[in-house]
Amino acid sequence: MSLVPGLVKGLVVTGSTIVRTVFPKRGMRTMMPAPSKGAATVQYPHVKEAPPTRARGVIALHEGNCTACMLCARECPDWCIYIEGHKEKAPPRRAGGKPRQVNKLDRFDIDYALCMFCGICVDVCPFEALFWSPEYEFSEPRIADLLHDKERLSEWMETVPDFEDYESGSVAKKLKVPPT
Amino acid sequence: MISLLAELSYWQVTSIRVVAGLVAVLLVAGTLVYAHLFKMVSFMQSRLGPMEAGPYGSLQLLAEIGKFLQKEDIVPARADRFVFKAAPFVVLTSTFLLLVVLPGGPDAWFISNDLGVYLAMAVGSVSVIGILMAGWGSASKYSLLGGLRATGQLIAYELPLLLAVVGVVIQAETMNLQGIVLAQAEGEIFGWGAIGNPFILTQFAGFGIFMIAMQAELTQTPFDMPVAESELVTGYMTEYSGLRFLLFFIGEFATAGVFSAIAAVLFLGGWYVPGLDPADNLFNVLGPLVLFGKVVLLTFLVFWVRFTFPRFREDQLQRLAWKFLVPLALANIVVTGVLKVAL
Amino acid sequence: MTVTERQQLSYIAAQAADARVNLEIETEGMTLNIGPQHPATHGTLRIVAKLDGEQVVSAEPVMGYMHRGYEKLAEVRTYPQVTTLINRIDWLGSFANEVPFILAAERLMEVEAPPRAQWIRTILFELSRIANITLFLGDMAVQVGAITPVFFAFRDREHVLNQIEAATGGRFHPNFDRIGGLKDDLPAGWVAETRQAMRKIRTFCDQIEELVEGNEIFQARTRGIGVIPADIGLSYGLSGANIRASGVDWDLRRDSPCGLVHDQVDWKVWTHPDGDSFARFWVRLQETREATKIVDQLLDAIPSGPIMAKVPVIIKVPAGEAYVETENPLGVMGYYVVSKGDVYPFRVKIRSASFSNVSITPWLLKGVYVPDIITILGSLYFILGDIDR
Repeated sequence: MSLVPGLVKGLVVTGSTIVRTVFPKRGMRTMMPAPSKGAATVQYPHVKEAPPTRARGVIALHEGNCTACMLCARECPDWCIYIEGHKEKAPPRRAGGKPRQVNKLDRFDIDYALCMFCGICVDVCPFEALFWSPEYEFSEPRIADLLHDKERLSEWMETVPDFEDYESGSVAKKLKVPPT
Repeated sequence: MISLLAELSYWQVTSIRVVAGLVAVLLVAGTLVYAHLFKMVSFMQSRLGPMEAGPYGSLQLLAEIGKFLQKEDIVPARADRFVFKAAPFVVLTSTFLLLVVLPGGPDAWFISNDLGVYLAMAVGSVSVIGILMAGWGSASKYSLLGGLRATGQLIAYELPLLLAVVGVVIQAETMNLQGIVLAQAEGEIFGWGAIGNPFILTQFAGFGIFMIAMQAELTQTPFDMPVAESELVTGYMTEYSGLRFLLFFIGEFATAGVFSAIAAVLFLGGWYVPGLDPADNLFNVLGPLVLFGKVVLLTFLVFWVRFTFPRFREDQLQRLAWKFLVPLALANIVVTGVLKVAL
Repeated sequence: MTVTERQQLSYIAAQAADARVNLEIETEGMTLNIGPQHPATHGTLRIVAKLDGEQVVSAEPVMGYMHRGYEKLAEVRTYPQVTTLINRIDWLGSFANEVPFILAAERLMEVEAPPRAQWIRTILFELSRIANITLFLGDMAVQVGAITPVFFAFRDREHVLNQIEAATGGRFHPNFDRIGGLKDDLPAGWVAETRQAMRKIRTFCDQIEELVEGNEIFQARTRGIGVIPADIGLSYGLSGANIRASGVDWDLRRDSPCGLVHDQVDWKVWTHPDGDSFARFWVRLQETREATKIVDQLLDAIPSGPIMAKVPVIIKVPAGEAYVETENPLGVMGYYVVSKGDVYPFRVKIRSASFSNVSITPWLLKGVYVPDIITILGSLYFILGDIDR
């Protein structure tokens, strides 16, 4: 048992938190109350906290890389990706060559009302067509509007940050984000 | 002010008093809710509290009132309708009645009653009836448990509250609250009278007991067994919604303010500040403000404790009242009486 | 008087009081439904308590209000997909849920994660333990009536969650563990930031110690309440801090470190002899401190190298059975995985800690008062997702 009763210690803890919240600054400007700096919270619509670069906010689609291979749609645990595509003849790369066959994407929808944000689709994509963006403000008043089509998903591409460097000791290869 | 009041007719004086009473209860309660419940507690928890309604969220309480007024006034199907509906008003009435005897300045008072302390203690316990009515009338098990706990607790803590006051009454030689203020203003501590005699210095034990008992009387943590959100949801208030919940809510804070005012009058010298002549007409304006400042100080203590401590269990709470507070208060009375006679 | 005797006596007293009341004035006990929606059951646990006055005559937990059928759902998901689901079992320490499942799958496939992956896995495992128990430390105070500590808990848990998010991309549902390693390596600067977060958590522990643990009212409310003797606790299958608070020195992190590297660092298993609610709180507080020490030591010595072993792209787990259990924040969590050589598991049985931990409540709640129900439930610390799965 210490000499100071626990009740008093508790009061000191809460009391000093009040002081630290209202007067967060040290030194000369201690007497200026600035609770908005001292508080751990921010006033959300006015001030926004930046999520980390890796944050799984919304999935962006790089349409040019997608070959409609359906891997993401199959691996999705709740099957919220809808893909339709068709094959097309594209002009040959070199003059005189045979016309190439490319897969053209007709529809690429992600239903964010179903999505669990697990990131498996981004992982399994072999052509680097899907990327995570840390944007999180895409709530909608109507649930149907949460179905993002390929145009909407391509718009998110602008918000995709560059991949971060790895911590020292890592041998992983740093990925690149294709230019939009 | 006396001369002014004497020229007015009866109904004019009455209406002034009604308005003053409403202002004294509602404005004080509103300030306390904003300063303590919204801001002080938020800072204590490293957050900002309401910031959107008005500058720094100062109009948040009005927004809350608007919200509560819009809500449906639900009466549970098996509730005792009359008792259920009347309960919040009974609680609030007790608050307003308490105000009657409070002096705000040498002439600014509602009633100068020679039994002021006695009246205050008597009407203060009327709220128990309202709480029991709410608990019983709600036809809810949680409310019933809450109401019963509240009754047991409030009865247990009336006694130390009353006994703590007795020491003050002995020292002041009057039960008139105005007289108690003047006794503190003009008194002296063992011959030293530079700051008068605020009874907190000579009656510190009584002050401690009074504050603890007041905390219990107001059902604030650590004595909030009757409302105990985490076990009884909110006890006797569980079934209330809309306006009636709002009345309980205002009642809680208004009672905290009024009880703190009584404590300020009894122990901190009420509307008086040392160094001035207590008969000065200035105190009729300054007095209520001084009293309000002391109330804010005391309620700060109340809410600081409320948001820091866990709550007692019902049996521990009774043990504290009967085995510790009541004997201590009795000892305090004996010591005060002996000293009073001896000196 | 030993704890069991006290329990028995209070139970007898409850029975006697019931009988007496019923004889003298014709009354009947009151049945109080605590839950399914009640602030103290944080979730949808329901406790049917038969009361005599404020004393509990019998109490029975009713579960299943949040049953989501993860064991069945796992049978129609591939192995990588399952981790997405099991993140949601104990949602406060979700990375820890993935680990035993992945370890079981790895054991069946006979692959082993490279050392760097194991190291980072252990760090994240301990971080999720801190994130989980930090909230308990605040929540326990709310259950006994103090409001402020839980805000401190939310405030300081944020530092840990930020670190988990910076590494994995998900605050609550990391889905970071893969068969054979991890999804990604750590971002630059993460180690230094995590060290800072650990320092903040230690400050938080000091604050909680002064604000809650040392508080006389808190001690009066929790000491001697809900005493679990070691033998009874073991026979009900209690695990984790709940059983360590009864003096049983049993921690899987130390006793069978499979796939995690807790044996590489210097730490201590805390036990408390009392077995009451206070002991459970105390043990968890010490464990949080110990976890910050583990993380700090692990951060110093992360080996370099790859983070993925060589595993095929399409994961087919060879036929067989494996049971792996680890010491999760709430207690022992185990996965029994049966594979028939397919991309889907044939059967997954999840042994979650909270389910066993709340099963003791009928025994424990006999003869206590209504406020003690809340204290005991709070100190047992269950998470509804972990009970109902």
